Amino acid sequence: MKVIYTDSLVIGGGLAGLRIAIASRQRGYDTIVLSLMPAKRSHSAAAQGGMQASLGASIKGEGDNEEVHFEDTVKGSDWGCDQDVARMFVNTAPKAIRQLTAWGVPWSRVRKGDRQVVINGKKVTITEKGEAHGLITSRDFGGTKKWRTCFTSDGTGHTMLYAMDNKAIELGIPVHERKEAIALIHEDGVCHGAVVRDLVTGELIAYVAKATTIATGGYGRLYAVSTNAVISEGIGTAIALETGVATLGNMEAVQFHPTAIVPVGILTTEGCRGDGGLLLDKEGYRFMPDYEPDKKELASRDVVSRRMTEHMRKGKGVSSRYGDHLWLDITLLGKEHINKNLREVKEICEYFLGIDPVKEYIPVRPTQHYSMGGVRTKPTGESPNLKGLFSAGEAACWDMHGFNRLGGNSVAETVVAGMIVGEYVADHCAATTLNINTVLIEKFLRREENKIFKLLNREAGENPFELRKEMQDIMMDKVGIFRNGDDLAKAVEELKVLNQRAKNIALRNRIATSNPELVEAIRVPKMIKLAQCVAYGAMLRTESRGAHAREDFPERNDRDWLKRTLTTWNSEDADLPEVSYEELNIMKMEMPPGSRGYGVDNTVHHPDTEKRVAGIEEIKAANPDADRFEMQELLNPIEIPEKFRGKNERTGRGFK
Amino acid sequence: MSDQERTLRFHILRYNPQVEGDTPTMKSYEIKEAPGMTIFIALNEIREKYDTSIQFDFICRAGICGSCAMIINGQPDLACRTLTSKFPDGEIKLLPLPGFELIGDLSVNTGKFMRQMSERVESWIHDKNAENVDLCKLEERMDPDTADEIYELERCVECGCCVSACATKRMRDGFLGAVGFMRLARYALDPRDKRSDEEFYEIMGDDDGVFGCMTLLGCQDYCPKDLPHQTQIAYLRRKMALVK
Ligand SMILES: Cc1cc2nc3c(=O)[nH]c(=O)nc-3n(C[C@H](O)[C@H](O)[C@H](O)COP(=O)(O)OP(=O)(O)OC[C@H]3O[C@@H](n4cnc5c(N)ncnc54)[C@H](O)[C@@H]3O)c2cc1C
Ligand code: SF4
Ligand code: SF4
Ligand code: FES
Repeated sequence: MKVIYTDSLVIGGGLAGLRIAIASRQRGYDTIVLSLMPAKRSHSAAAQGGMQASLGASIKGEGDNEEVHFEDTVKGSDWGCDQDVARMFVNTAPKAIRQLTAWGVPWSRVRKGDRQVVINGKKVTITEKGEAHGLITSRDFGGTKKWRTCFTSDGTGHTMLYAMDNKAIELGIPVHERKEAIALIHEDGVCHGAVVRDLVTGELIAYVAKATTIATGGYGRLYAVSTNAVISEGIGTAIALETGVATLGNMEAVQFHPTAIVPVGILTTEGCRGDGGLLLDKEGYRFMPDYEPDKKELASRDVVSRRMTEHMRKGKGVSSRYGDHLWLDITLLGKEHINKNLREVKEICEYFLGIDPVKEYIPVRPTQHYSMGGVRTKPTGESPNLKGLFSAGEAACWDMHGFNRLGGNSVAETVVAGMIVGEYVADHCAATTLNINTVLIEKFLRREENKIFKLLNREAGENPFELRKEMQDIMMDKVGIFRNGDDLAKAVEELKVLNQRAKNIALRNRIATSNPELVEAIRVPKMIKLAQCVAYGAMLRTESRGAHAREDFPERNDRDWLKRTLTTWNSEDADLPEVSYEELNIMKMEMPPGSRGYGVDNTVHHPDTEKRVAGIEEIKAANPDADRFEMQELLNPIEIPEKFRGKNERTGRGFK
Repeated sequence: MSDQERTLRFHILRYNPQVEGDTPTMKSYEIKEAPGMTIFIALNEIREKYDTSIQFDFICRAGICGSCAMIINGQPDLACRTLTSKFPDGEIKLLPLPGFELIGDLSVNTGKFMRQMSERVESWIHDKNAENVDLCKLEERMDPDTADEIYELERCVECGCCVSACATKRMRDGFLGAVGFMRLARYALDPRDKRSDEEFYEIMGDDDGVFGCMTLLGCQDYCPKDLPHQTQIAYLRRKMALVK
């Protein structure tokens, strides 16, 4: 029995995982990171567009601050987020980006003087101030009032991940590569680590820790076409579910990005539209202003994706052998801009489509992109049900995104959550002693060994690749951008059948060491369970909110549905998750529910909304002299670790 | 994209060192070409249809993460963004990237190599004050051109193509290689890194470093990110020659 002991075990070497590992290490705790692949290859590297932080240095970001970022984030979430967490996030994001600056990210900077930009299809000259010269600049992104998305050309995630991993290397943090966590070790509501399979030797190892953090990214690959990396399969989320104790939050909240290339689903960044790119239909007509006269192409992602789908359903899509698509036109941005700020996009167009985006339109279509749901945590990042289990990044439902996340808010979340949750992980290490019975470790190791033994010895049965494909097709066809009760009910039933079939997988190559088929066989049953959580949660939620759009229930219904979906998987024999709900308390909201400002507002309001609005007015009237910081303290007092509490400085306005 | 269907013939080096008694052999597989097919798509099809044990590494499948470098018809390149239509005769020979520990079939351990490289060149900002930076205050300013130039050198995806194409590396195991030089050039350019030329000399001022490089520029020819190896190696040499 191989057992490795540590204080802080971090499952996942993307931005979120590495940042938590760094926090643990800096506080003096022994730390190990597990990753399927070298950490620098994590999917965080693929983020091109940028990171939101309200620095407000560029002229088009002037006037930005935590309040504006907060409003955009809450509106973007369609009021589904946890406002305490959104607050912690917006207040800390400027510090996170400044820390990354000290650690080496070469953010693109403000250059004083005139520059040409494209806004609303027209060339405009803007003038950057001399006093902002050399500070971090920002670009426009969907659903934001200010230009707030900071970037490194179009390699933002790459440069962030490299800086983060380099910092981890400096601190001597070991990253155990090609290791896959396949189960959590837990007893009596406490998590003690994970059972891990070495993907090369096939060996099972128990990693025993005081704190275990799941930072394994999203579950985009439940869908047949996704912008996500092929390893974004949600296994970390699934092993939390399989404890039967930890809950998952809002699994039905799945985002579709408007502009992935057809057919392969590789993303072209939102920066394309942020920098002035347009969406055109088969007649070359710019249709977004007809639907969203105000934000046009830069409405929130969920909105743009739905509008595009609507427009294609009207027969305005360009037909191709891979189905209909629309055009993304960035030709108007000019060669120089594309070569410098959208080069990855250019490379993708050249290599995968054989076109030059300087001269030609890009075929695009909305595609699965982001998982808002994940391991439910408290604002500290700890599971409310399983002590010692933490989660951060896309794997978590910390819940700052609610039912739709804004572009640029995700890489920002990974580092901010990494900082904040990292401190709580370290606090947990300080307060806990490793006290675990080896019998328990052995029990979990044996259980996983047995499962693998059975897989390797079954003579005939299901093909894991086939099962995955069937699952992905069900999710694409019936749990997509627009959803309805009938399709969802069918999806739930079909997935149940797959779940049963997945208990009978047999392999063609029965090798116990490195064996991609065995890897698939271990993962597929877990993925099907997650898919069931998504489909079942979506079926039960009879309203539309953010990215969850029900054709049969088009209105947002705060009265009945201002709550978070929680799923657990109670026993191995179950063929459906247990679902319960967690109310969002309007009476504590800093920003009571209102309209997002897209299309017609048909919200069914909650009776508390009016009360809270009146209550806030009273508080404001009673404190006429309160500045924005004092007002936030009155409306939404939050806990942030001591070291991240200070006010953030901005050019031209100091700490105000 | 052409509509006519061809048959592609893949010839792949198969060897699993984990399986006792296994020896390296070339195996061939035939599949129908689809429009826009990449080697990523083709290999997955081969795995699902013919041989589920075949090993290879893809993550982003978009030319971004650097996982999938292999020798494709004699040349190192990223397999995920290589279209099969590039090969007129439909014959595609795949070998694992040389210069790295073999994991199995087309999968090699670039991760271990790159971590060691990063440790050797101390691939991080050296500044005693970095940890005391007041995160509330404005960040240190940087010239916009300098920021862009640093990014140009930081676009390396640690794919290993340059290492596999380097004749010097083949002869000298301890040779740092172009990926390491590029990393050093990136930090040498960065005003936030306070290392002196003498300190950089300690890292690369010998035959395992920049003086061992024969400037045959296999690295430049095969770097899928088109990094400016030639100019950067020349720059480092000049810089180091001035130290002693
Ligand atoms: C194409 C694309 C572009 C994007 N662009 C932007 C953008 O411009 N701005 C923005 O804010 N967001 C963007 N996003 C979203 C953002 O990049 C991700 O949400 C974020 O990077 C996720 O980071 P993470 O640390 O949570 O996980 P990841 O970076 O996905 O890392 C997951 C880690 O977990 C490991 N892992 C997984 N499962 C296991 C297991 N079972 N055992 C051990 N290890 C495991 C993996 O090896 C990996 O190291 C983009 C996403 C995509 C797909
Ligand atoms: S120039 Fe030649 S010897 Fe020098 S690093 Fe490049 S490939 Fe190797
Ligand atoms: S320098 Fe180029 S070839 Fe070498 S590892 Fe980096 S990206 Fe790959
Ligand atoms: S799979 Fe990421 S570069 Fe090829």
